[in-house]
Amino acid sequence: MRSLLPILTVVTVLVALWYVAAVGMNSKWANDQATRAGVELSTSELVVDTWSQDRPRLPAPHQVAAELWKTTGAMVLKGKAMSKRSLIFHGWITLSATMLGFIIGTSAGILLAVGIVHSRAMDMSVMPWAIASQTIPILAIAPMIIVVLNSIGMQGLIPKAMISAYLSFFPVVVGMVKGLRSPTSDQLDLLRTYSANISATFWRLRLPSSMPYLFTSLKIGMAASLVGAIVGELPTGAIRGLGARMLTGSYYGQTIQIWSALFAAAILAAVMVGTIGMIERATLKRMGMGG
Amino acid sequence: MNQSPVIEAKNLDLTFETNDGPVHALTGVDLAINKGDFVSFIGPSGCGKTTFLRVIAALEHPTGGSITVNDLSPDEARRQRAYGYVFQAAGLYPWRTIRGNIQLPLEIMGFPKSEWQTQVDRVLDLVELRGFGNKYPWQLSGGMQQRASIARALAFDADILLMDEPFGALDEIVRDHLNEQLLQLWASTQKTIGFVTHSIPEAVYLSTKIVVMSPRPGRITDVIESTLPKERPLDIRDSSEFLEIAQRVREGLRAGHAYDDE
Repeated sequence: MRSLLPILTVVTVLVALWYVAAVGMNSKWANDQATRAGVELSTSELVVDTWSQDRPRLPAPHQVAAELWKTTGAMVLKGKAMSKRSLIFHGWITLSATMLGFIIGTSAGILLAVGIVHSRAMDMSVMPWAIASQTIPILAIAPMIIVVLNSIGMQGLIPKAMISAYLSFFPVVVGMVKGLRSPTSDQLDLLRTYSANISATFWRLRLPSSMPYLFTSLKIGMAASLVGAIVGELPTGAIRGLGARMLTGSYYGQTIQIWSALFAAAILAAVMVGTIGMIERATLKRMGMGG
Repeated sequence: MNQSPVIEAKNLDLTFETNDGPVHALTGVDLAINKGDFVSFIGPSGCGKTTFLRVIAALEHPTGGSITVNDLSPDEARRQRAYGYVFQAAGLYPWRTIRGNIQLPLEIMGFPKSEWQTQVDRVLDLVELRGFGNKYPWQLSGGMQQRASIARALAFDADILLMDEPFGALDEIVRDHLNEQLLQLWASTQKTIGFVTHSIPEAVYLSTKIVVMSPRPGRITDVIESTLPKERPLDIRDSSEFLEIAQRVREGLRAGHAYDDE
């Protein structure tokens, strides 16, 4: 609870700045409209107008909040949670691709890390490629992945999940290589004195030792996965998913819709990363590695 | 008396090749350790005492000379489970209970599951940690953790116990207590013990044989057979016999440094 006050302070300051910025960015439109109508706006009228336009350059916080409620909670109350106008529906489309991509990316990352730690050849050969893969801008490669997969008959969930996996495997590889190598030389020597084989060393020492590193990687990987899924929704002009909402919003100048989709994505990421954080705390505490 | 030594090194050399040229960790080491001996290795940093222990344990391999453990090569001896090794850091797994930690070598070496419980109970008694089996390492003091790590080394009942400054990180009072306990354990189990230390009183108090070593190149400068009785209460450290042996160790250490810059 002690952290509540500083957090609220920061949020308040940000919201206040946002309102001020909304006035600045939307006042030109408000003044132009007033001039065209031949009326003069007082300062208070101007401020009210900039906070309540239909298609503002920068929507005010309460407009975004109202849109968020209209497309989530209000839809649920009307029993239309999965309607095409509901952000819950679009959020679910994006979330399913994120989760599938995250699972694929994490599994691939862990397998690659295990290989890298145990094979010198893989250590020398895989790591440079893994790093190179992340230097390619995802916006450039995402359309190609989608086109290539589409040409072999895959569309919808799978191509988006592949892009998610492409982004999320990397932090897992890097973190797990470090984690699996984290046992000290004394710890490894002790197992040598037992004539322990590679598998016993892996399951009894390396893997448990790597847990703190794994969870850190998973949190980064999860956020990257969500970005991947959203980016995967953009190039096809998809009609479903948070990315599609942002895209259609920008086609039709629906800034409020863009911003609400943006916030929905941020809330989704916060919930997922927070969930991993909770599992992390519980697991590490149980393993005596917490704190 | 005609029994061959448990550990026998002849003209042992070990040179590490480094970027700054070769480092002579051990040169011309001759030593025989008999069954039931308590041998301490003492000397300043870089004298090769830990390296020698690691050669016995097949964690390092000599570049010259020969060494046998139970008449076998160190690698073969390891496969025969000839020794248990204790490091300076207890190195217990935080995710395992004390029992789980002590059980670790039994699991890895493939002891039948039915024996685990009795083996662990036996060594918990030896190090006086009965009743702490279900605790986690963080619930134990440093001294107790180190006792648990000794129990882990004893779990598979090897005849040789190799200890690399096991009490180096503990305070003096705990150290005295553990030294006393270690002597009792040695007396009751008849193990052969190799013990690396920095402390002259510790070496004299514990050992039947004190090996004094010196650095650059790492070598043995003196081997002192202790004349102290097997029964050793803590106050034996005030006896004149004890002080005489300690004096000889000190001279051995000084001789090793005589043509050194330090």
